[in-house]
Amino acid sequence: MRRQVTVCYKAIAAFAGAGALAFGVVACGSDETPTDIVLVTHDSFVISDDVKQAFERESGLRLRILQSGDAGELLSKALLTAGNPQGDVLFGVDNNLLSRALDGDLFEPYESPLLEQVDEDYALDPEHRVTPIDHGEVCLNYDKAWFSERAVEPPRSLDDLADPRFENLVVVENPATSTPGLAFLLATVARYGEPGWQDFWRELRENRVLVADGWEEAYNVRFSGAAGKGERPIVVSYASSPPAEVIFATPRPKEAPTAVVEDSCFRQIEFAGVLRGTRNGEGARKLVDFLLATRFQEDVPLSMFVFPVNRSAVLPPAFTKFAVIPENPLELPAADIGANRDRWVKEWTSIVLR
Amino acid sequence: MSARTWRGLTYGVPLAFLALFFVYPLVSIMERGLSSGDDLAAAIDVLTEPLTREVVWFTVWQAVVSTALTILIAFPASYVLGRYTFRGRGVALAVVTVPFVLPTVVVAIAFLAVLPERLERGSAAILIAHVFLNVAVVVRVVGTFWAGLDPRVSEAAATLGAGPWRSFREVTLPLLAPALAAAASIVFLFSFTSFGVVLILGGPRYSTLETEIYNQAVRMFDLRAAAVLALVQLVCVALAVWAATRLEAGLAVGGWRGREQDVLRPLRTPRERTFAAISLGALALFLGVPLAVLVERSLAVGGGHGFEAYRALGKPTNALLATPWEAVVNSIVYAGGATAIALVCGGLAAFAVAGSRRGGTRLLDGSLMLPLGASAVMLGFGFVIAFDTEPIDFRSLPWIVPVVQALVAIPFVVRIVAPTLRAIDERQREAAAVLGASPGRVRREIDLPVAGRALGVAAGFAFAISLGEFGATVFLARPDSPTLPVAIFRFLGRPGELNVGQAYALAVILMVAVALSILVIERLRRDRVSWF
Amino acid sequence: MLRIENVSVSFGGKAALDRLALEIAAGEVVSVLGPSGSGKSTLLRVVAGLQPPDSGRVLLDGEDLVSVPAHRRGIGLVFQDHALFHHRDVWGNVGFGLRMRGDSRQEIERRARYCLDLVGLAGYERRSILTLSGGEQQRVALARALAPEPRVLLLDEPLGSLDRRLRDRLLEDLAKIFDELRVTALHVTHDRAEAFALGDRVAVMRAGRIVQVGTPDELWARPADEDTARFLGLNVRDGTAVRPEAITVRPVAPDQGGDGVVRRAVRQGPTVKLEIELNSGETLEAVVAALAHPAPGDRVQIEVDEHGVSELSVEGPKALHGFDR
Repeated sequence: MRRQVTVCYKAIAAFAGAGALAFGVVACGSDETPTDIVLVTHDSFVISDDVKQAFERESGLRLRILQSGDAGELLSKALLTAGNPQGDVLFGVDNNLLSRALDGDLFEPYESPLLEQVDEDYALDPEHRVTPIDHGEVCLNYDKAWFSERAVEPPRSLDDLADPRFENLVVVENPATSTPGLAFLLATVARYGEPGWQDFWRELRENRVLVADGWEEAYNVRFSGAAGKGERPIVVSYASSPPAEVIFATPRPKEAPTAVVEDSCFRQIEFAGVLRGTRNGEGARKLVDFLLATRFQEDVPLSMFVFPVNRSAVLPPAFTKFAVIPENPLELPAADIGANRDRWVKEWTSIVLR
Repeated sequence: MSARTWRGLTYGVPLAFLALFFVYPLVSIMERGLSSGDDLAAAIDVLTEPLTREVVWFTVWQAVVSTALTILIAFPASYVLGRYTFRGRGVALAVVTVPFVLPTVVVAIAFLAVLPERLERGSAAILIAHVFLNVAVVVRVVGTFWAGLDPRVSEAAATLGAGPWRSFREVTLPLLAPALAAAASIVFLFSFTSFGVVLILGGPRYSTLETEIYNQAVRMFDLRAAAVLALVQLVCVALAVWAATRLEAGLAVGGWRGREQDVLRPLRTPRERTFAAISLGALALFLGVPLAVLVERSLAVGGGHGFEAYRALGKPTNALLATPWEAVVNSIVYAGGATAIALVCGGLAAFAVAGSRRGGTRLLDGSLMLPLGASAVMLGFGFVIAFDTEPIDFRSLPWIVPVVQALVAIPFVVRIVAPTLRAIDERQREAAAVLGASPGRVRREIDLPVAGRALGVAAGFAFAISLGEFGATVFLARPDSPTLPVAIFRFLGRPGELNVGQAYALAVILMVAVALSILVIERLRRDRVSWF
Repeated sequence: MLRIENVSVSFGGKAALDRLALEIAAGEVVSVLGPSGSGKSTLLRVVAGLQPPDSGRVLLDGEDLVSVPAHRRGIGLVFQDHALFHHRDVWGNVGFGLRMRGDSRQEIERRARYCLDLVGLAGYERRSILTLSGGEQQRVALARALAPEPRVLLLDEPLGSLDRRLRDRLLEDLAKIFDELRVTALHVTHDRAEAFALGDRVAVMRAGRIVQVGTPDELWARPADEDTARFLGLNVRDGTAVRPEAITVRPVAPDQGGDGVVRRAVRQGPTVKLEIELNSGETLEAVVAALAHPAPGDRVQIEVDEHGVSELSVEGPKALHGFDR
């Protein structure tokens, strides 16, 4: 990785100095050899160095990672380049966007032998164009200290949010602009059905729910339990946020400062797939296998704060201690989501924002 | 090199660069967008939707108001910096510039932390943030232009019976008009296409063309709607640029352009001192509080303060595929590359622009401004589909980033270098020719040494802009070497106090780097003919 | 009447005006003559109200002007290099002061036209300033300053940047205009001819002070001190000033000795200036009117008319120092 970067810096210099376009292009372009494998993914993707090296050692391929914005941008660009992809494997399509990806004919089918170690619940595409890699649950989080200091009962369920007790206390993300925001909207659809979910949101609006554009703002700025020390003690975040608050605190607290409302969780599954038009199909399949193997699967909790789908992966202690894996998360069929998502978001916008 | 070849180069290289890296990708994505879906009539439907009208109206409204407010708020400080010399003047000019080159996302987050809750969402917050980001443009452009105005012209007005206000309205203001028009057009462009600020501070209710394009392209996967909106935006921006260049040319008054050292005078009376202190102090407060909040947040650890976040920057993190320090290094290397490209293209264009005032040159000047106003999302997407075959398949390669950053920096290079070249007394060139210098030799012996310093200034500015460039960079396919602003953005996207602390720490480092490079510029520039 | 009382101004510890005093009667033109850097421009700026004095007063018809801002003083100033408004045409420049004092349209029209006629620029109304020649710009500057009928007109090296012929013509025009309008004017210059041509009285200025005031004839006849005499162009010999025209020069044969040798002979219009190196090594300037005059290299005998010699005071400047009454 480092060597390649150096070469290209030289290319930049050559280009700039001589103004010679072609030379720069060729210098960089020729760096791409068939022994490379390119993983196209979103900005949240993280892999530990030693895990990456393990893959490169085992496969003899150099793994290059191409990050391409958030999940939405990633998919947009993948759709734009369908058939002549930017890389060999794409990781980072979740069940909310899955139907869009499959309709766009992005992937070549591949059934990894390692799927044996994965619960069938996760494998949403019977044709195996995509392979489940991890799952994370979008849940209400609350600030434990805020509630204990005021001797107020924290919320126990989704229903509670409509209670006047929680007026002015909740911050959610806009489903039109945020992945967890969309997941939470889907959670309410899954729980209350139509038209129940619309009524529920009207009540939330009565209760002065605050809508943030992105998770960053909701969690880091508005939420009282995180670094921003905001004013709202209830936020839509992830089931893995409490352990993150422990791991990234100095000094490390004995217990998590935040907790999850288990009843509110909606499952997001992230998939990987071999991109149609890959220049290295065999390597791509090797990479998908690797993403499913325990080495990588045991890496994901601490690197990306999601849970592995592989049954035999062992969770790190911080997760077993501070994280909750909801037993019966809310779910919706990917096809339903694909068919109705835009309409739901539009309705939500007119109910909550207009 | 013959004069013709040289002229060809000065027009050809910048235009080729613009055509290849701006027009081509943008046209590709527009074509793809407009031809997707069933019929073209549907594209026209997008235009007539009430939402579109609403978005266009809000975009124009907020850009106009932001521009007016920015000029109003920056004006007293421009006056003080354009009329007086005092200790710390250079530092003041440097500090004012810092917000301009900070990534908008960082600024927006800082404002969320500063503004009272009543104000923090909606149009007021957007306007305040736009003023914060763009004050530098007005202070630098108007202030330095003011510093070249003959102070005796106002004195002449006074001896003819014009009171201070009258003299300002009738003499100073008309003479400042071209600089005001230039500053206004830049602020308008930035506000018109502002993305991060509107997205975060506007909240879900407010959207501009740029955020709506993003919504349609990335969230709704409606590329056609995005393309139609991007086209609308581009037309608006082109109109604005055209109007601005016409206005600038129409308002330009020839005549005396002095050197700063002849114009600036020390603050003498207590009244002058008080005025300077109040206008600079108020601006410092306005700019300083959000910046101070960034610093404070970067130091906040647990209940107290410390340097934990800074110490953590050297370690690998799960927010990036590199250590944050590597992001700092990447940023510097990229910004260096972008600066080199921008100097070559912008410098040549500056020669063309300075060489003549005909319509064609104005067109070149205006075209180079367009990337400032194009949709960053669409440009990013355009790169993805435009450069997807050999030999120019470099979607995923690192030097695409400097190319995009250079697109943003080039107009500034032109604006810094061209006026300096124009200010060279033609008789100097004639003198050199009479003494036996060929046209190429004249350029080398007369123009280049003069332009050299301006190029130095331009390099510093291009570097600072590239360091902070966020809009277009973030939408590009990036390899595993993030820039500083991207790293900040990623850290902000992670839970945990330390991650947020590191985001703020990187923002502070970026801030300091930018302030330092501007301070160097202030040292370097003595001629002060240029507008930045 | 304009009265400047003991005005001092210093910049960064260096005195530009040092307790300077000067009186100008109504309708009088006073030329301040001094080398560059003597503080002439500062003097005008103080009078115009553009530069506050550190101490001293400026009185106009008995009214103390020091606290009156420039735009309420009614004092006109013609700037060195003109300082014209480039964003307005000739008409806009000349009419500016009239608009400022709130004249009616017809009045502006009448007065501006009159002033343009006066300076010989009738028909230039719509011309852009940038298309004018130096002399034309100077005339516009003058018309602009005269238009609002200033109580006092100040002129800062008004002809400094013009060529000689143009200067001579403008000098005459200026003198005529001053006569016609009976302007009270204070004019500063480094040029002796200009000062003598315009000033009813000439004030010699040096290092922030007025060292002597008098009519041109008075100054010529009795310069106050050595420096003044030299600056005016008089010969200085043994504590006396010798006027060049009081020296009679007679050529002698090369072997007959004589008093010295002619080094240079320069025709200046009707007269010829001779530079003579005396046997003692001193240089003397003499002016002769004859067409046949000694040429460089000629040996000459000289004779000085005693009426052309005046005693120089050693401490001349002190006598004029301020209004100590």
